[in-house]
Amino acid sequence: MMILKILFRNAFHNKLRSGLTILGIAVAILAFGLLRTVISSWYAGVEAASTSRLVTRNAISIIFTLPLSYNEKIRQIEGVKIVSYGNWFGGVYIDEKNFFPNFCVEPRTYLEIYPEFVLSPAEKKAFLADRKGFVAGRKLAAKYGWKIGDGVTLKGTIYPGNWDFVLRGIYKGRDDTTDETQFYFHWDYLNETIKKVSPPRADQVGFYMIAVTRPDLSADVALAVDKTFKNSLAETLTETEKAFNQGFIAMSGAIVTAIQMVSFVVIIIIMAVVANTMAMTTRERIGDYAIMKTLGFGGRDITVLIFGESLVISLTGCLTGMILTFPAAAAFGQALANFFPIFIVSTETLYLDILAAILIGCLAAIIPTRQAIRIGIADGLRRIG
Amino acid sequence: MNIMAEQKQNIVEIRHLYKSYHRGSLVVPVLYDITFDIVAGEFLALMGPSGSGKTTLLNLLAGIDKADEGSIRVGDMDITTLSETELAHWRANHVGFIFQFYNLIPVLKAVENVELPLHLTSLSKRERREHAEMALHMVGLDHRMDHYPQELSGGEQQRVAIARAIVTDPTILVADEPTGDLDRVSAEEILAMMERLNTEMGKTIIMVTHDPRAAQRAKILRHLDKGYLTDDDSQNPL
Repeated sequence: MMILKILFRNAFHNKLRSGLTILGIAVAILAFGLLRTVISSWYAGVEAASTSRLVTRNAISIIFTLPLSYNEKIRQIEGVKIVSYGNWFGGVYIDEKNFFPNFCVEPRTYLEIYPEFVLSPAEKKAFLADRKGFVAGRKLAAKYGWKIGDGVTLKGTIYPGNWDFVLRGIYKGRDDTTDETQFYFHWDYLNETIKKVSPPRADQVGFYMIAVTRPDLSADVALAVDKTFKNSLAETLTETEKAFNQGFIAMSGAIVTAIQMVSFVVIIIIMAVVANTMAMTTRERIGDYAIMKTLGFGGRDITVLIFGESLVISLTGCLTGMILTFPAAAAFGQALANFFPIFIVSTETLYLDILAAILIGCLAAIIPTRQAIRIGIADGLRRIG
Repeated sequence: MNIMAEQKQNIVEIRHLYKSYHRGSLVVPVLYDITFDIVAGEFLALMGPSGSGKTTLLNLLAGIDKADEGSIRVGDMDITTLSETELAHWRANHVGFIFQFYNLIPVLKAVENVELPLHLTSLSKRERREHAEMALHMVGLDHRMDHYPQELSGGEQQRVAIARAIVTDPTILVADEPTGDLDRVSAEEILAMMERLNTEMGKTIIMVTHDPRAAQRAKILRHLDKGYLTDDDSQNPL
């Protein structure tokens, strides 16, 4: 008990030094937490993907399309429950900096496949009935102040021209991991217009979304779909939604790796700072430890004192950093909502914060403890005065 | 007669003690063939010039340093045969320490400093506190027990150190220049207190000092010079 008392009082004896070290750890933990959250956000689409949904695309590349006629053929494959389709539209709202994902989809089937997009029955009915209607996620609508009935124009980049839409519904995510920044409109609206201005590009879809009757059938259905279109002009590649999303992440794998490395470098730097603090502290207290050894306390007591003090400082910094992470993540998420629609500090990140703090505390204490234990009592006492 | 006979028993027996320090490849001899006894209830002063080996000798017989050769028997224990862990236990039970710079733990209050060695005993929390308060009462610091060392004068800090040294009722008290950092008045108070501990409580005290006034309080005086004892067992001529 007395050892604990000494340990805690030692930790905050030099208030300025302890305060600055705690601040340093807090900032490092904050940076570490934010970087880990960025990585989690990067994978949010993968995490939110369903195992009972498949994506079929052109086997050559995602930028090549598939004929609309595949829709019926896919629907006839055993194990397929619902088939929907769509295209990446790539429209710009007013200015290019206003980026948000926008797709044209077959609305009825798409909303069936994605029950996590929650629309009121009235809004759903209005959206399905209006060929120029669109639905937007709650965050997207809030960001631009859109209200039901508002007209919105997107400038096409893949499909040239100005495209007018009317907001018919604002969907909410069923849970925190649902992206609420997306924009969906009728595939028919796009197709009919394209038929007039660029007939060869009509009746082509960018991807098919397939809901299977049971998740365990996913592999068989994927094989069956690809087999159906083998040796056709547009061969398909079918994979689970998770694998499809992961493929996108893989394209930016180097960035994720760089962020991961930076997050660990931050921890290593702060570890060196804490180790330096503990080394200074131990050097100052070498006389105290000598006294305690003189009185009969052993190496274990000294180890508890130094490791304990180091852990108290690192965990206090960690707790401060963790508390700061939440408002910082909220502000960060809001500022970069276009890039990271789901920016939530995960429980796993908090566990990593604590683990990092324990690691910092323990590693920083190893060398000072070794020095304090190995020094002879007589040598330690000579340093006093 | 029996009491007298008991008082004449040796509490410390030092035989053919050698000690040297190693500075890299250089071996610096400090003590040569030291042999003498200390009788129970004695107040012995070790004097000598700087570098004569008196603090080294004190450290050896207090079990905080190890001799190269020879034996030191304290009570019925040859402490030169003990391991580091055994020595730590032995020190906790048998030795009280008083240092020149008091050596109190700065983050502990006076009463907590005195209580510190009792945490290595089987006493309960309440008993530890009672013992510590009693020891502080004996050195006249009842009113300062909740003060931190930096809030006390040098003399008061040394009195807390004395309370800490006697709280476990050790076999011997060792004091290394106990008045070296004190003004004359405080030094006199500390010496008077040590004298009382010796005469009234029968504590065996071994004190290293430069100060002839401090040595004057001791019953036996020993001189060390360049690692050799230079006098025979004799009453203090001072």
